[in-house]
Amino acid sequence: MIFDWGYAWDILPQLGRALVVTLQATALGMALALALGLVFALARRSRYRVVAWPAAAVVEFVRSTPLLVQMFFLFYVLPVAGAQMSPLATGVIALGIHYAAYCSEVYRAGLEAVPRGQWEAAAALNLGRWRTLRAIVLPQAIPPVVPALGNYLVAMFKDTPLLSAITVVELLQTAKLIGSETFRYVEPITLVGALFLVLSLISAAAIRWTEQRLRLET
Amino acid sequence: MTDTAAPLLRGLAVTLELTAAAGALSVLIALAAGLARASHRRWLSWPAAIYVETFRGTSALVQLFWFYFVLPFFGVALTPFAAGVMVLALNTGAYGSEVVRGALAAVPSGQREAASALNLGGTRTLWRILLPQALPAMLPPAGNLAIELLKNTALVSLITITELTFTAQLLRAERLHSAEIFTMVLALYFAVALCITAGMRALERRASRGLERGAAR
Repeated sequence: MIFDWGYAWDILPQLGRALVVTLQATALGMALALALGLVFALARRSRYRVVAWPAAAVVEFVRSTPLLVQMFFLFYVLPVAGAQMSPLATGVIALGIHYAAYCSEVYRAGLEAVPRGQWEAAAALNLGRWRTLRAIVLPQAIPPVVPALGNYLVAMFKDTPLLSAITVVELLQTAKLIGSETFRYVEPITLVGALFLVLSLISAAAIRWTEQRLRLET
Repeated sequence: MTDTAAPLLRGLAVTLELTAAAGALSVLIALAAGLARASHRRWLSWPAAIYVETFRGTSALVQLFWFYFVLPFFGVALTPFAAGVMVLALNTGAYGSEVVRGALAAVPSGQREAASALNLGGTRTLWRILLPQALPAMLPPAGNLAIELLKNTALVSLITITELTFTAQLLRAERLHSAEIFTMVLALYFAVALCITAGMRALERRASRGLERGAAR
């Protein structure tokens, strides 16, 4: 059995439509991860132990357990708890929480790299803590860690096939469906692999480019 | 409660087996690919680069499905367990090879020069001079990869290997206590991850003994 290019060409539009779902899940998941990750990072730095300690525990727990199991947990437990939502929404939440834990570590590194003097100078200027954070510290903390966050964007993109396990018809699930209809698995699954490879390599190049730009600016 | 715990523990044993088998294999792959990629000979470094970029650039689950669904069409039919171990090892090995390459590159070049001044051969320089000094720098990222590997073993539940996650799915279909079952499974994974972290810390202390660079703790 060899690779049938004509057949591969025929199924490409179908895979293209599925790719849209994959990209949607990635974009929404990353938006959630970026926002929630910052909350985790700030909570972990809090002066109050009742805030800092649970945040640290949650981050460690989420980072040490499989995304697939977290996804199943949300998929089966949320409806019982009274929160009905689509499989895609559940998957986006799972991706968002999982990668928020990773992003929070990146933010933390960025926040720690801002010199203490910045906080002190802001206090001397009588800026409030919240304003200092928003106007002084975050604008200095976040740009240097953008490439690291970008790496997690690529990692999340590569984790979206897990959504197929909770019945979301994304790229991999579509390939499997095509395969089970036509009994030809070679072309659909190989194409999915190739699509992931091409998009990952492009994103990696984009991240390197941003990294160089940032280095030039500083 | 006990009739839930027993199958979960059997599933956990399979998960540990998968982690250990794939982990051991991935160390060998990482060393081979890392050394090949750092080599000056193109016929070694190019195939290694293609392997590493392919496995790092695609999704682990897609790789798993490719090995499980596509390889049989080329006449290579693997059992689910063999396909699982192969993919987990190849995937982890690809990331590991970058760790090996980075750590070797970080050994000061004077060490290589001194070894060649002492007329040590290439293999001997590698095993007696370079690797022992690169090892302390490799262990912390290797620990992270071990945790990633443990987490990735959950994926093989999707090709019907009865490990921890698949057992949980079976139990859920049977008893419907999803929250309890998946909470226990998450706790078990977390416990194993803590053990791996503790083990790697001990290894790090052991490996950095007597070295100034990357000293203990």
